[in-house]
Amino acid sequence: MTVIPSALEIRGLVKCFDRPAVDGLDLTVRTGEFYTLLGPNGAGKTTTLRMVAGLLRPDKGSIHIAGIDALADPVSAKRILAWVSDEPMIYDKLTPYEYLEFVAGLWALDTAVAEARARELIGWLGLGGQAHERCEGFSKGMRQKVALAGALVHDPQVIILDEPLTGLDAGSARQVKTVLRERVAAGGTVIMTTHILEVAERMADRVGIIAGGKLIAEGTLDELRRQAGNSQTSLEDTFLTLVAEQAVAA
Amino acid sequence: MSHAGTLPWFAQHEVRLAWRDWLSMMTAGRRGRERIVAVLLVLFVVFAHLLAYYFVGRYVNVGTEPDKPALVVITGTALLSWSLLCSQAMESVTRAFYARSDFELILSSPVAVRKLFAVRIGAMALSVILMAMLLAAPLIDVLALRGGVRWLAAYGVVVAMGATAAALAVAMTVALFRTIGPKRTRLAAQIVAAVIAAVFIIGLQVAAILSQGTLSRLVFLESDTLVALVPDIDSLVWWPARAALGDLKALAVVLGASLALLGAAIVVFSGRFGEHAIAAAGVAHSGARQRTPSGFRRASAMRALRQKEWTLLRRDPWLVSQTLMQLLYLLPPALLLWRSYGEGTGTLVVLVPVLVMAAGQLAGGLAWLAISGEDAPDLVATAPVLASNIVRAKVEAVLGCIAVVFAPFVVALAFLSLYGAIVTACGVLAATAAATGIQFWFRKQATRRYFRHRQTASRFATFAEAFSSISWAAAAALAAGGTWLAAFPGAIAIGILAGARWMSPHKLS
Repeated sequence: MTVIPSALEIRGLVKCFDRPAVDGLDLTVRTGEFYTLLGPNGAGKTTTLRMVAGLLRPDKGSIHIAGIDALADPVSAKRILAWVSDEPMIYDKLTPYEYLEFVAGLWALDTAVAEARARELIGWLGLGGQAHERCEGFSKGMRQKVALAGALVHDPQVIILDEPLTGLDAGSARQVKTVLRERVAAGGTVIMTTHILEVAERMADRVGIIAGGKLIAEGTLDELRRQAGNSQTSLEDTFLTLVAEQAVAA
Repeated sequence: MSHAGTLPWFAQHEVRLAWRDWLSMMTAGRRGRERIVAVLLVLFVVFAHLLAYYFVGRYVNVGTEPDKPALVVITGTALLSWSLLCSQAMESVTRAFYARSDFELILSSPVAVRKLFAVRIGAMALSVILMAMLLAAPLIDVLALRGGVRWLAAYGVVVAMGATAAALAVAMTVALFRTIGPKRTRLAAQIVAAVIAAVFIIGLQVAAILSQGTLSRLVFLESDTLVALVPDIDSLVWWPARAALGDLKALAVVLGASLALLGAAIVVFSGRFGEHAIAAAGVAHSGARQRTPSGFRRASAMRALRQKEWTLLRRDPWLVSQTLMQLLYLLPPALLLWRSYGEGTGTLVVLVPVLVMAAGQLAGGLAWLAISGEDAPDLVATAPVLASNIVRAKVEAVLGCIAVVFAPFVVALAFLSLYGAIVTACGVLAATAAATGIQFWFRKQATRRYFRHRQTASRFATFAEAFSSISWAAAAALAAGGTWLAAFPGAIAIGILAGARWMSPHKLS
């Protein structure tokens, strides 16, 4: 029987700036899972995900993405990974079509396949009317959609999103959520941070809660409720209870 | 403490903001550097005075009744400086229109915005005047020290120049707003500012080449041809020069007229300033439509990166204008080159360093755009491409641009002198490589819109880049002249590079 490696496996991850931002974090995300990372401001969520995406070098620890050691072989790890940040960074002077062509070049995709996928994504995300218009006049929601299309055009196994719904209108947010759920349904893995607990509650298969650079709780919503000691509460109450307990313990 | 909403209260607010901006620019935003900056400023002032002592000696004894050639030189130099002041003032006014930072707060508050904008225009004029005084002070101080206190009247002329430059800049920017609208004004004003700065300098150089066969503006200003063409000695044209020489009547007229002009500009335009600022803030940048391509082009990651850099550069009119303005300064050497065919290789010594210097400066700007000015750093950093390959592709993009600009010059030079062309090619390559290397060692992630501020990110990198270009230019000039002394500036250039490498924050981290 073939053992499918975890989509993400983090062991003993440490990153210090002026103080420890991530402090010996262990985290496992299964393949084909929608995993949401929650935590108060400054908990270390973004720092963790930036290290996974190869944007920051950890001080200690290991990161494996689909079995690939991301620190020893970053290029192979990046080939199967996509990163979308809360602030969509795209090129104002390129059109969405040209942006996707650039991404296809960076990931060395077959042009015919990449182009077909790009056209599909542009249509899917409702960018058809602006496909050949420079991004400089786009709203934040449209920019986020372009960034998301860039993340999906190379068909990554693992997508990491840092607060992808910040600033999006209801329609755009729903589109993004639908796209992400469809990726998971197709066997992909999505790891996402959010402050919108309702989104985590409705979309995530499992939720991890980080505070003070450590994973303080993890599981399905029911499992988290049990950890918080009340099986009837909302995720918001559960989250606040667990974070408060950790703060007292610290 | 002034009452809120009054002119002094607004002035106080503006002064505080201006002071903090200036301090932040000088210290690159790092606390605790104020003392170092103060020491460096004192050293700069001393050095500038020593330099001035060397250069202005011949003018010390020009009396209050000067001859025509002296008036021509002083007026020409003042006009040159004034064109630069106009350019700087225009930049400041445009920035003030488009900086949204506090407009919404001010315009939605129940105060008379006219007062604030009057203060703001006044503050802009003051900053232009102060900058001009700072640059002129060493020359004026040395002249006053050696030639008598009458030279201090030159400060009054500097104030007049700053005031008229600010008034003209406000009038021109508002005129642009009214004629071409807020959407196009930003770019147009920047181009006009750059052209104003370049046109007079280049015009003088072109005139010098055509009439005297030299790049030297001073030789042209002192030439008999020009002196014979200009108005008589008692003309009003020379009053600013006479004022600078200590003629108090001329000074009173020049200063009074210029301050009146500035006052009129403040009164006329302060009311409309807010109106135009709202229009500027409301400009929606609708993206231009591009031609629908036939399909994705097959490209490696390296090629995709190079292509991206060239496309972004081509599509950014502001960056293109900034780059082209640097190239504008190559026109006089090009003219000199054209005129020098068949006249031997003497002009090589003049031409080669200009080309090498220009290459270094252009490469510095392009390298910053390619290496530090990345609008999607996360995308590039998370792509499955080795970091060294990303840098290589970006450097190749810079080299490609430099090759396109300078190859025609090198080819043209080859017809004049093959040796000169080889020296130029080597110098251009060395200056480009050095500027690119310095930008790489001092890279600091920023978006391309911060291009203007790149020089404040690292003062060391800015100076290293400038001195490296100068050293390579000197080495190339000496090599073009066929002397082995070229090795000295070459060694200095390599020393500067080694120093920059050693000081690089990326090496230390």
